[in-house]
Amino acid sequence: MTDIRYLAPGTLDEAVGAYAAAAGAARILAGGTDLLVQMRAGVVRPGLIVDIKKIAEMTTIEETPEGGFRIGAAVSGARLAEHPRFGKVWPGVLEGINLIGSKQVQGRASPGGNLCNASPAGDSVPAMIAAGAVVTIQGPNGRRQMPVEAVPAGPGRTNLAPGEILVSFTLPPQPAGTGDAYLRMIPRTEMDIAVVGCGACITLEDGVVTQARIGLGAVAPTPLLVGPAAAALIGSRLEEAALAAAAAACSAACRPIDDKRGTIAYRTKVAGVLLRRCVAIAADRAGRA
Amino acid sequence: MNDMTNKWIGQRTIRPDGAEKVTGRAAYAADTTMPGMIWGKVLRSPHAHAVIRSIDTAKAEALPGVKAVVTRADIVDFPLDKPVMLGIQDMRWMSRNVMAREKALFHGHPVAAVAATSESIAAEALRLIEVEYEVLPHVIEIDDALRPDAPILHDFLRFEGKPSNIAGKLEHKLGNIEAGFAEADVVIERSFTTRPVHQGYIEPHACLVSVAADGKTTIWSSSQGQFMVRAMTALLTGLPQSDIRAIPAEIGGGFGGKTIIYLEPLATLLSKKSGRPVKMVMSREEVMRASGPTSGSKSTVKIGATRDGRLVAAQGTFWLQAGALPGSPIRGAAGCGFAPYTIPNVVATGFDVVSNRSKVAAYRAPGAPIGAYAVECVIDEVAEALGMDPLELRLKNAARQGTKAAHGPVYPRIGFMETIEAAQAHPHYNTPLGEAPAGRLRGRGVASGFWFNAGGESSAQVNITEDGNVVVTTGHPDIGGSRASIANITAELLGIDYKRVSVLIGDTATIGYSNLTGGSRVLFASAMVVTQSAEKVITSLKERAAKIWKIDPEAVAWENGEARPVSENAGRFPPLSLAELAARATETGGPIGAGVQLNTTGAEGGFATHLCDVEVDVDLGIVRVLRYTSFQDVGRAVHPSYVEGQMQGGAAQGIGWALNEEYIYDRQGRVENAGFLDYRMPVCSDLPMLDAVMIEVPNPKHPQGVRGVGEVPLVPPLAAVANAVHDALGKRFYALPMSPPRVLERLEG
Repeated sequence: MTDIRYLAPGTLDEAVGAYAAAAGAARILAGGTDLLVQMRAGVVRPGLIVDIKKIAEMTTIEETPEGGFRIGAAVSGARLAEHPRFGKVWPGVLEGINLIGSKQVQGRASPGGNLCNASPAGDSVPAMIAAGAVVTIQGPNGRRQMPVEAVPAGPGRTNLAPGEILVSFTLPPQPAGTGDAYLRMIPRTEMDIAVVGCGACITLEDGVVTQARIGLGAVAPTPLLVGPAAAALIGSRLEEAALAAAAAACSAACRPIDDKRGTIAYRTKVAGVLLRRCVAIAADRAGRA
Repeated sequence: MNDMTNKWIGQRTIRPDGAEKVTGRAAYAADTTMPGMIWGKVLRSPHAHAVIRSIDTAKAEALPGVKAVVTRADIVDFPLDKPVMLGIQDMRWMSRNVMAREKALFHGHPVAAVAATSESIAAEALRLIEVEYEVLPHVIEIDDALRPDAPILHDFLRFEGKPSNIAGKLEHKLGNIEAGFAEADVVIERSFTTRPVHQGYIEPHACLVSVAADGKTTIWSSSQGQFMVRAMTALLTGLPQSDIRAIPAEIGGGFGGKTIIYLEPLATLLSKKSGRPVKMVMSREEVMRASGPTSGSKSTVKIGATRDGRLVAAQGTFWLQAGALPGSPIRGAAGCGFAPYTIPNVVATGFDVVSNRSKVAAYRAPGAPIGAYAVECVIDEVAEALGMDPLELRLKNAARQGTKAAHGPVYPRIGFMETIEAAQAHPHYNTPLGEAPAGRLRGRGVASGFWFNAGGESSAQVNITEDGNVVVTTGHPDIGGSRASIANITAELLGIDYKRVSVLIGDTATIGYSNLTGGSRVLFASAMVVTQSAEKVITSLKERAAKIWKIDPEAVAWENGEARPVSENAGRFPPLSLAELAARATETGGPIGAGVQLNTTGAEGGFATHLCDVEVDVDLGIVRVLRYTSFQDVGRAVHPSYVEGQMQGGAAQGIGWALNEEYIYDRQGRVENAGFLDYRMPVCSDLPMLDAVMIEVPNPKHPQGVRGVGEVPLVPPLAAVANAVHDALGKRFYALPMSPPRVLERLEG
């Protein structure tokens, strides 16, 4: 049996210092909806828990003057849902974040935790990828930024260096005529994990797609940015040929496994189905934007 | 008693356990604590099949805080050459299920148990137990278990003279099957498979056991039968039953899965060794890995009909997984499948097959949903081949009074035809499905079902308190509303307000032997003993009034909760209320109360017909139930809300079984989805309101007309959903669950 130390520092510097000093024996606690469950199951036995919820930068939502958003990594899904503007600008990202766990879990679960848990099926990640979110990371060697899709390295692993903490997400200002959406396939209607997740962000100008980003979840060891799917849509008016090409690109990008949640064949097919449905919602929102 | 003018029977009274449950006061097994209590935990096999060469517990016993360790050496073993039956359970297998003996037979099979002063020390101690295994090839699926070169689980099992994984066979025959098929114009034969499904009770198995220095043992546990707990624990530990007091805790769901024991004998032995009370609580993962689901199955059903829609021959072969030790519910599968119909020629055969899975336990109408799934899907195809409405075909062949069933009985008055006629007349059956949104298809399915129901032993005591109220004690854990229903009946019989009746579940020391809560038997049986007890009380009350009035007891009537003089004495004395008679109990003969103990008989079978509408998302393969209506002959709905709840609960569980629930094993024979996240039972948002239409055809053999209602509701849904999916897609599925990947595969295939 090992003792667990618990720290709740008020500053990021303190948090990084303690986290780096523990050299691998420490775990970051945001909402704890993954960590505490893993500890109870005996999967992880951290020597130190660093609670980051006392750090202001990690728990605030900020709209930039240019119209972008900066979201602290530990902001809960429930707080983002209550924000007066965020869900209007990024309904798809909010849909993804609000699917992390049940209603009760939403009070604690955060997009930062969802990303760093590095499940291929994390619901917030494909929508964040589609939105073009960039994360800010702080570690013993200072701050750096990377695109959200560069964070996961494989199931349960990230590209964060030892001692680094995910601080926030930055979502860029949107061009006019932009809409986003997130859809996932689950066999039930709730209380489930994505068998396939799809995020789409589309910008329309006079009915023509000028920008597109597509993110896919649960179809590969990490969530994917599917460039060829976006390329198939850009320049189109979302005609059947373009949608078929984008759906095929999504299916082609899949490198899934057969597991208790779905088969390779099923996930590959469904990635294309969700692409079509998700783009339709995003385009509808873009048209109204 | 069966008219509708009753004041309390048939009323939706406030449930007596409600306030305690919603305020968190209800005491479940895991809520019970004692001074000096320590914690027990189970070491489980990491292998699906392995010889246990040795178990070394020395290091665990040396760990500070560890108070006791038990292994196979501590559990009573039974010679293999003859059965040791307790009800339907053979203690030879129960002994080997609660603790592995020569071999670990499934991943999660208990190998040792420890008790320590904290849960974490107990967990640490488990890691210190050294078990030497010789890993053997394992077998999970039925077809693999039946192969000639299959690993044999038990060398003592022989089938047709050879070592086999077939542990038993059962056959029901009626008429001449060859002649029957020769008469048929249409013959449909199909094969089906279903997966094992878990009962999914929310409360994990839990118990607290205290063995005193003199051997007197008290068990608090979550079970469907305190007397079952006492008897099985006594047999497996060697204690006499008279030394064991088993106290039934409030139960958080059972559905049949708590009709056997897992932890109680281990906790008893740990308590006996340590001298301390021992609490054991399974984790959800342990529940899923090591407590019993119901069987997976494969079956073949062949039905022949004449051109005019008479079913003339039916043959069914049902192979059911028993898990690692014999005892699958082949009786339910083979006995119930054809039971709703008047078919002159029937052969129904069941085979009990062992493999390296956790031992199955009862699950609502054990085996019957498996049999009905195959039979009702084939009947749907027969109707299609004949061009007949599926309800019309069922009605034409429906079992009725006088029908001889293949499993034995000749039916008395039953209400099966009424369930079909009610379905035909219901708006659900007469409302078009409506147009589905793009990419979706809709369909409607029907299916019927039968369950035996049971009677058996029951005891009750009805006591009048000194202030003239009533305490009724029965011996069955309440998993379906029996306390509320007994209160309704007692209030009705005594002519008093329902609120003046308290109904308690006695423990093994305070009430006479009562068989476990199972077989949809509890209200049937306990209403009989309560009724007879109440009648004795009324007789005594009349005698006391007669004594006070100095008249003949024959000249006293009991009406509206009071004694009244009748015949020539009518009006001579003011009535004596229950409270007045209770106040004068001492002078009129002492305490007022009566108890009755019976082996009840006359529990007749139950029948139901279900309607199901589905919508299938053809690009994702997701099946959603849009509308669901159950029609059931409920005998007499003593407490209608509870009866409806039983009907809705069974439908919900059956929909889960049909669509998503299954055990998924990896190549090492380990369950991969041992939790509610990936073992996908339906959640509320998956289901529409499940409508329940109660049809009351009173059981002529019961004082209140009660028929068992708790299990029939799980019999028809598998086929009702499957037939609806066929109606939507024009393709039939012969395997459950119809999960999205399978539906999509079939649509593309």
